[in-house]
Amino acid sequence: MDALRDTVDLGEQVQYIVIKYGDEKYGIPIKYIDNIVKMQQVTRIPKADAFLKGVLNIRGEIVPVVSMRIRMEMEEDEITDNTCILILRPDDADLFGIIVDAVDRVLTLGAKQIENVKPDPTRKDANFVSGVGKYEEGLVSILDMDALSLERAENEQRQRP
Amino acid sequence: MDTGQYLGVFLDEAKEHLQALNDSIMQLEEEPENSDCINEIFRAAHSMKGMAGTMGYKRMQDLTHHIEDVFSDVRNGEIKINSDMVDTLLQCVDAVQAYVDNITETQDEGTEENEHLIKALADIRASKGGGGAAPTAEAAPAAEAAAAPEAEMADPSDDSPAWTKVRLEPTVKENLEESVKEGKKVIGMTVHILDSCVLKAARAFLVFKGLEEIGEIAMSEPSTQDIEDERFDNSFSLLLITEETPERATEIAKDVSEIEKVEAGEFDVANAKTTEEEEAAPAPTAAAPAAEEKKEEAPKAEETKPVPVEKQTPAAPAAGQGAKKPAGKPVVNRTVRVDIEKLDAIMNQVSELIIAKNSLISTANSANTGNSAATSAIQEKIEYLENVTTELHESVMKVRMVPLENTLQKFPRMIRDLNKSLGKPMELTMTGEDTEMDRTVVDEIGDPLMHLLRNSADHGIEELELRRERGKPDTGEIFLHAYQDGNSVIIEIGDDGNGIDAEVVKNKAIEKGVVTPEQANVLTEQQCVDLLFAPGFSTAKVISEISGRGVGLDVVKSKVESLNGEVSVKTKLGEGSTWTIRLPLTLAIIQALMVVVGGEKYAIPLDSIQSIEDVDPADIKLVSNKEVITLRGNVCPLVRMNEVLDNETTRDPNENMVVVVVRKGDQQAGLIIDELMGQLEIVIKPLGKYTSKARFLSGATILGDGEIALILDPNALI
Repeated sequence: MDALRDTVDLGEQVQYIVIKYGDEKYGIPIKYIDNIVKMQQVTRIPKADAFLKGVLNIRGEIVPVVSMRIRMEMEEDEITDNTCILILRPDDADLFGIIVDAVDRVLTLGAKQIENVKPDPTRKDANFVSGVGKYEEGLVSILDMDALSLERAENEQRQRP
Repeated sequence: MDTGQYLGVFLDEAKEHLQALNDSIMQLEEEPENSDCINEIFRAAHSMKGMAGTMGYKRMQDLTHHIEDVFSDVRNGEIKINSDMVDTLLQCVDAVQAYVDNITETQDEGTEENEHLIKALADIRASKGGGGAAPTAEAAPAAEAAAAPEAEMADPSDDSPAWTKVRLEPTVKENLEESVKEGKKVIGMTVHILDSCVLKAARAFLVFKGLEEIGEIAMSEPSTQDIEDERFDNSFSLLLITEETPERATEIAKDVSEIEKVEAGEFDVANAKTTEEEEAAPAPTAAAPAAEEKKEEAPKAEETKPVPVEKQTPAAPAAGQGAKKPAGKPVVNRTVRVDIEKLDAIMNQVSELIIAKNSLISTANSANTGNSAATSAIQEKIEYLENVTTELHESVMKVRMVPLENTLQKFPRMIRDLNKSLGKPMELTMTGEDTEMDRTVVDEIGDPLMHLLRNSADHGIEELELRRERGKPDTGEIFLHAYQDGNSVIIEIGDDGNGIDAEVVKNKAIEKGVVTPEQANVLTEQQCVDLLFAPGFSTAKVISEISGRGVGLDVVKSKVESLNGEVSVKTKLGEGSTWTIRLPLTLAIIQALMVVVGGEKYAIPLDSIQSIEDVDPADIKLVSNKEVITLRGNVCPLVRMNEVLDNETTRDPNENMVVVVVRKGDQQAGLIIDELMGQLEIVIKPLGKYTSKARFLSGATILGDGEIALILDPNALI
């Protein structure tokens, strides 16, 4: 296997955290992950947008927690023992968290293993995915950090009727 | 020379000098003969010239030089101050301000030569008549430069250099003796800096830097820390361990500009006194100063006939000093300039400490062991910790407090200018300039205050004819009073002018579509006046240069509210108006009442709470479909917090209700909550741009157990 890797140039290697919503797998570059915490009680913000589940105390910082299931118009989050909150650190914005069904694994993918295809636009998550990675166990949709941002969420909210 | 690291100092000092110029020139207009003022202006201009020169800002140096020249003549009684001159001088100050502003932004003074101003200043000097005066004028600063060194010697009765008398720490002495054994030389030096030098610490730093290239500085007197903080007179002594000669060291020190003279010689380590030895120890046999040279670099002395700077005579310094003292800078407090960011960092740490303390309290309460002795001992320690953290918090807050003065001091000048441009005589009186507030608030509050003052000048004070008709004095009175009231600072701004016509405001509001005619009809007079604060409202009939440029009182209001403050206005038609701004003393940490609504915890700032009432549901009345109660004769509207917060109350509707009465100015409201939890010192944390949409939330705080509670803003609920 190692020998094989030496001969096949996979391009720049990036590590991803693979998360799951139902059976669907999504990857987020590991550099954006600040922390992973188990699902816990968040403080509800009255009159906030539906996707904003509340705020959480991360090392003394007030961090908003977002439901991606609501943003991607999937079924509501069902809290299980596997449910986690992924705390993300965008390049130039404050920390925020997203609720995920489960954290699957850490995956290293070379740039050439990712196809920058736009997924089927009829899929609800189409706007959040920037490419599709292939690995031994199948496919993983790479999430677009910009699309995850609260700023974008805010705009979506405004555009909805 | 790399001046970058002194830019901050330069700008700070330049701003102080500019303010001094502004104030003094204004005062001079009132009292043209006031010699303190004249001296102050001369000194400020002189210092700025020196500083600008050092930093390489030639244009600024040139302009301040000319101002200085004019005041040199004024000081000598050759020119009399008149109103035109004051105008020219104020324009010059503005021009210098423009240089400073440019430097602040780009580190460059810009290219404006201000030739017309320099010419105007030259004309002022020329008008005094006779060319003969010019040399005298130039000689004056030169004479001063000559006098300066004389005044400097700390101890005129003893002319052995100061370095021979330094006292060594025993450890330093050992270190020196080591070095001597190694065959190195110990050179003692005393460096005198010119009296006119503005950045003394910078000069000293450069001397140290230069000397460190040839050796090691074993000690200095005063200490390097004091020198860095500019806590020294015009000279300092040091011991240098080196292999070079005293002559070489002298040369290096003298390469730094504005060094008046350097004395150096070999230091006799063996006979040096240590700090531990008694006074009676034998006097050191001081090596004769190897070099005692003077640098005649006083800026003026070079240009004109060099004035001989002779060796200090014992009598002259005393006289010189006596004469110079009153003219010198006021006794400076021992202060350190600290970057506001460092204070913010300390503040954050104090905040964390308070959170940790709160969590300790909650842990201690839940971990009640049953051992009452241990519990009460823990309780005692916690109380002690609580006292210490509270005091620490107060101290840090005090460090961040600055007097309002810095913001207020530009206003008299502004009103003077408005006097002329509006053609209405008016006068500004200010009190309470020394009221202190958090630095961030002081920085932010300037614009709203300026807006209100301009408003008073423009719309408040009537035209002269009208004032006479109404039997008011010709000069319009504008005032600004600042004072502390409990945990708030109140700033009142007002005038004895026209007052606000509620009818005019109402009609204007209808015209602008701020309210509908139906809504307007039920408004009280005060509510009409309050429409002024509505967005998009400006009452000036003509858009003037002074106010009414589209930005209106709504901007003032939102600015004040962003600082957690409030603004209100009281007015009487024909008699004047008073605007009242109430601001919290501190921003980050407040006392709050913790309450529970629908099982969730919320904090209400204690400042805004008037009382807590136990209300029987039967006492609730309906007024225009809104629930109210009567409290001590006042009708108080009720707000059901569970409805505002979209959750379910846990209380039985037939039970008595807990009502927290909050106030905002004269208005009040009763917030119906489920449960009281008690008082807590909380640290306010921002909720973030995308998180906090509801106006009634002003932030969040972290409780002792790490849970987050939201902070309610009662102002938005009234």
